[in-house]
Amino acid sequence: MLKRLIYSREGVLSIIVLAMFFGVGVISPDFISLSNSASIFNDTSILIMLALGQMLVILTRCIDLSVAANVAFTGMFVAMVNQYFPELPMALLIFLSLFIGALLGAINGLFVWLLKVPSIVITLGTMSIYRGATFLLSDGAWVNSHQMSESFIGLPRYEILSMPVLGWMAIAAIILFFWAMKFSVWGRNFYSAGGNPMAAFYSGVNVGKVQFYAFLVSGTLSGLCGYLWVSRFAVAYVDVANGFELQVIAACVIGGVSIVGGLGSVVGCVIGALFIGVVNNALPIIGVSPFWQMAISGLVIIIAVIANATSDKDKARIILRNPNANDEIRAN
Amino acid sequence: MDTTIKKSATPDSMFTSKLQGLLRWESFLVLIVFLVCVMNSYLSPYFLDPWNLSDATFNFTEKALIALPMAMLIIAKEIDISVAAIISLSSTLMGLVAQMGAPVYVVAFVGVFVGAGCGLVNGVLVTRFNIPSIVVTIGTMSLFRGISYILLGDQVIREYPDGFEFFGQGYVYWVFSFELVLFAFFALVFYWLLHRTTFGRYTYAIGNNPTASYYSGIKVNKHRLILFTLVGIMSGVAAVLLTSRLGSTRPSIAMGWELSIITMVVLGGVSILGGSGTIAGVVLAVILMGLVTFGMGLLNIPGIVMTIIVGVMLITVVSLPVLIAMYKTSLKRKEAKAL
Amino acid sequence: MNNAIFSLKKVSKVFPGVKALDGVDLHLYPGQVTALIGENGAGKSTLVKTMTGIYQPDGGEIIFNGKPVQFHSPHDSHALGITAIHQETVLFDDLTVAENIFLGNYPMKKGPMTKRFSIDWPAMVTRSQEILSSINAQMDPNQILRELSIGQKHMVGIARALSVDAKVVILDEPTAALSHHEIHELYELVNTLRDQGKAILFITHKFDEIFTLADRYTVFRDGSFVGEGFIKDTNEAQLVEMMVARSIEATYPKKDVKIGETLLEVSNLCHTTEFADISFNLEKGEILGVYGLVGSGRTEVMQALFGTTDHVTGSVKMNGKEVIIHSPKEAIDNGIVYVPEERQKQGIVLELPIYQNVSLPQMERLAKHGQIDQEGEMALARQYCERLQVKASCWDEKVMNLSGGNQQKVVIAKWLATNPKVIILDEPTKGIDIGSKAAVHEFMSELVDSGLSVIMVSSELPEILGMSDRILVMNEGLIVGELSRADATPEKVVSLATGGSVTC
Repeated sequence: MLKRLIYSREGVLSIIVLAMFFGVGVISPDFISLSNSASIFNDTSILIMLALGQMLVILTRCIDLSVAANVAFTGMFVAMVNQYFPELPMALLIFLSLFIGALLGAINGLFVWLLKVPSIVITLGTMSIYRGATFLLSDGAWVNSHQMSESFIGLPRYEILSMPVLGWMAIAAIILFFWAMKFSVWGRNFYSAGGNPMAAFYSGVNVGKVQFYAFLVSGTLSGLCGYLWVSRFAVAYVDVANGFELQVIAACVIGGVSIVGGLGSVVGCVIGALFIGVVNNALPIIGVSPFWQMAISGLVIIIAVIANATSDKDKARIILRNPNANDEIRAN
Repeated sequence: MDTTIKKSATPDSMFTSKLQGLLRWESFLVLIVFLVCVMNSYLSPYFLDPWNLSDATFNFTEKALIALPMAMLIIAKEIDISVAAIISLSSTLMGLVAQMGAPVYVVAFVGVFVGAGCGLVNGVLVTRFNIPSIVVTIGTMSLFRGISYILLGDQVIREYPDGFEFFGQGYVYWVFSFELVLFAFFALVFYWLLHRTTFGRYTYAIGNNPTASYYSGIKVNKHRLILFTLVGIMSGVAAVLLTSRLGSTRPSIAMGWELSIITMVVLGGVSILGGSGTIAGVVLAVILMGLVTFGMGLLNIPGIVMTIIVGVMLITVVSLPVLIAMYKTSLKRKEAKAL
Repeated sequence: MNNAIFSLKKVSKVFPGVKALDGVDLHLYPGQVTALIGENGAGKSTLVKTMTGIYQPDGGEIIFNGKPVQFHSPHDSHALGITAIHQETVLFDDLTVAENIFLGNYPMKKGPMTKRFSIDWPAMVTRSQEILSSINAQMDPNQILRELSIGQKHMVGIARALSVDAKVVILDEPTAALSHHEIHELYELVNTLRDQGKAILFITHKFDEIFTLADRYTVFRDGSFVGEGFIKDTNEAQLVEMMVARSIEATYPKKDVKIGETLLEVSNLCHTTEFADISFNLEKGEILGVYGLVGSGRTEVMQALFGTTDHVTGSVKMNGKEVIIHSPKEAIDNGIVYVPEERQKQGIVLELPIYQNVSLPQMERLAKHGQIDQEGEMALARQYCERLQVKASCWDEKVMNLSGGNQQKVVIAKWLATNPKVIILDEPTKGIDIGSKAAVHEFMSELVDSGLSVIMVSSELPEILGMSDRILVMNEGLIVGELSRADATPEKVVSLATGGSVTC
């Protein structure tokens, strides 16, 4: 059992992340202090949540390129609502961000479900549309910190047990996902629909609907992250999170979510995101210019997929009763 | 058993299929291009000025050069989203050799050569390890641009040898810029390659059924490798033009271009699932996008609005045929039931 | 007739251009096995999919327990206790055995909230264990399906069908991939289910199975209902006549050809997991039959000869000269071509026109300076498609618009156009109609007449016995016997193929 755990992809990945983490700790002991660990996790929270949503989409053999544009649009929307109606309660704003995110995700999902159009094309399109709509909404203007209410900016920063609410939200999302993907039929359907869509259909799973749910969840989380992003950086503008969708996909790929569907775990996905988080935070500490960050994550993605491809290459069907039969025959 | 060989009456081709040819996607694009021209000239008196039109071509020729091989790659069921990153790396290295005082032709050669190398890397990763090209090129996209950032950081390079500006700013004859002429030339080359050669036929065969193509003796992986390299080379060429036009290099150059290039290809009627599409369609889509952008410029509509329009066009283009097919099958089903 | 638990009345199913089911009737009774008999294309698979809610019928009624029902999705039929073991494996390679068995019907924890939201994994594993041991299948429910053999996967499919409280069990050609021993276990299982009072639909084309297992039969032909009755009132000849609408004794147009010198010598071909020590000769003008169960390694050997399999050792000689074949291109250049079993996947590019498919392997020979010679391509296609009598409206037509038989003819035309010396036919008549079947057989005789050599892989005994000059029998990746045309009897061949030995 322990052997299986260590040899699993999650096991190998956690060892690598921990080795990196403590390796940097040797150079700079501050790095592995509890408060810095919490802050690294907090920094990675948005990436973790978006990667979890993206994982559902990739599990069902789709891809969602519109997440970052969704973050930008929803972020701008709630920031502007806050700017013009500062007295509205935070609960309402959070609900609003979830709702708008879900709506944008549902648009993607409906096209994929009802028209069966390749998701890469749809989300490529909505990515441009949502980003453009952010511009139309704001007229290119920024919403700056002084235009936001105190609670709007303060909520994700509020600390409970020396961890900001932002980090706790990610922890809640991880727990929720872990449980749903293991113990709910709804969660298992993502695996069956992506692993073998035909067989899933034969088993009574509505594959298109499952894909719709994946986009809905990915959109909802993007909406929430839209608020969190804008509030954390205390500024909203059109180019918020530009290109972030690729980091999200990278986190999934590094975490072992198979791009051909049906394979991937919550734990792997979170570790994949943490990998990127640790690298980002470690570079300045070990005196490497942050300009290295992009190349490193690219290299890691490539190494991760190569490792994947060589480890679970479709095993032969093994027809010979004894695979060593030919050796025996030659010996005779 | 009748042993006399009956003369088969099967014709080579049917007249109807030629008629159907007129109803193709390309014809529709021609119509739209025409409508946009009429609308633009109606909206602005400056539209039909040859110099204005010539200026307008600069906003798409570099992307269009990459769209040509990209169309072939997508027809062959692969994709390369690292093209913009290749431009960045190629431009960066050109800048570095230019700083060292290399002459014009060496700088340009370095640009194309780096592009070819990057394309080769993509191709080797895809064919050697059998990894979906979308994942490989997401990875190399970060890697290539990442190397540019490592090399340049937030620096900008502006020192280029004299004469380098010709590639992106020069004119061959009257209003015909070097970029435009080069694009026309490559459009013909790729038209020939895809529609007239065995290489092109193999591309379609592989895109429709890679296994059967392999079983027919086609060297599928070698073919893919060549296609990736072609995309790389053309990205290198585009990098030369763009760098020369801007007169500067920075790592963030051509950010997001991969999406507009893929949009051009899909808008041109190339199926994102592989197997079908034409160079004529892609060229028309390129012209269409150029004209719309130009028209909106004349009307002072900000560029980002264009991204919305492109997004809507992209989704419409892929959804419309599906909707029509759904409508047709529902009609057929009713007919069949009535029988 | 009114005690049937499940009935179809006048059910029709239409696909664009085809009437797959045309007002068919079918009745299933508790505690009885009904055999559904029909040729390929008779509508059996469509029927199964209609019964399990995968397809919705366009006309007619489905009656369950005396009440008309409608299935909007597979879920609806599942809920009534109708379960099917499909022909293709419809399982999930990356999930565990236990989850494969219970997918779509997960056991939930008790309790008001948890019964909706919490899968009971331990219960799932225990119950899987119970079901698996009840059908004598030894495997760990926690194992990932990918790691199992084909036979084991099949048992998981059966366990899956038994995991629900089934009232109607449909078995769609369940014995195709099973060994002799496994088939007998399956028979026992079917008998147990019958004794438990379940209504069973058994779809097969093996007559021995029909007469061992079934109580009743229903015959379909070309999507229509032909007849039904009790097995005890009928015989094989009658059933065959109903199936094909004319009494046929299989006639195979095998001509005696003068066998020439040795053309192909294969010696000691080995692969780490798929086959070992494959050695045989092929003479000029010979038809060599290769017989074995599905999964016996015969296709793998042929693909190795064609260069599509990696890590193969051993030697292949053509005309006494050693040849090295690592890719189909090298095989074609050496005069070896392969008509694959999976025609649509490996044999042909459906979306390309006929003439482009025919010219595909020799584009380079036809081209001038890399430029395609379309006239030359068309001439080649015309010549060979006419020789094979491909029926099409024009040679520019897409292959996807042709019938299965004509698609197969295009594949053969493509290979003949390359002037091969050895042509390997892998299940050449699988899934094509009787008319085209005869045409393919006739053509094989013509081929060897003109000096080619043929290797024919088939799991149809009459075809093997009727067409071959010599028969190789394979089992579990090894050649287990070689029989001459004169020596071969159905009993000997089957006994060798299922792991027995010839006693004579």
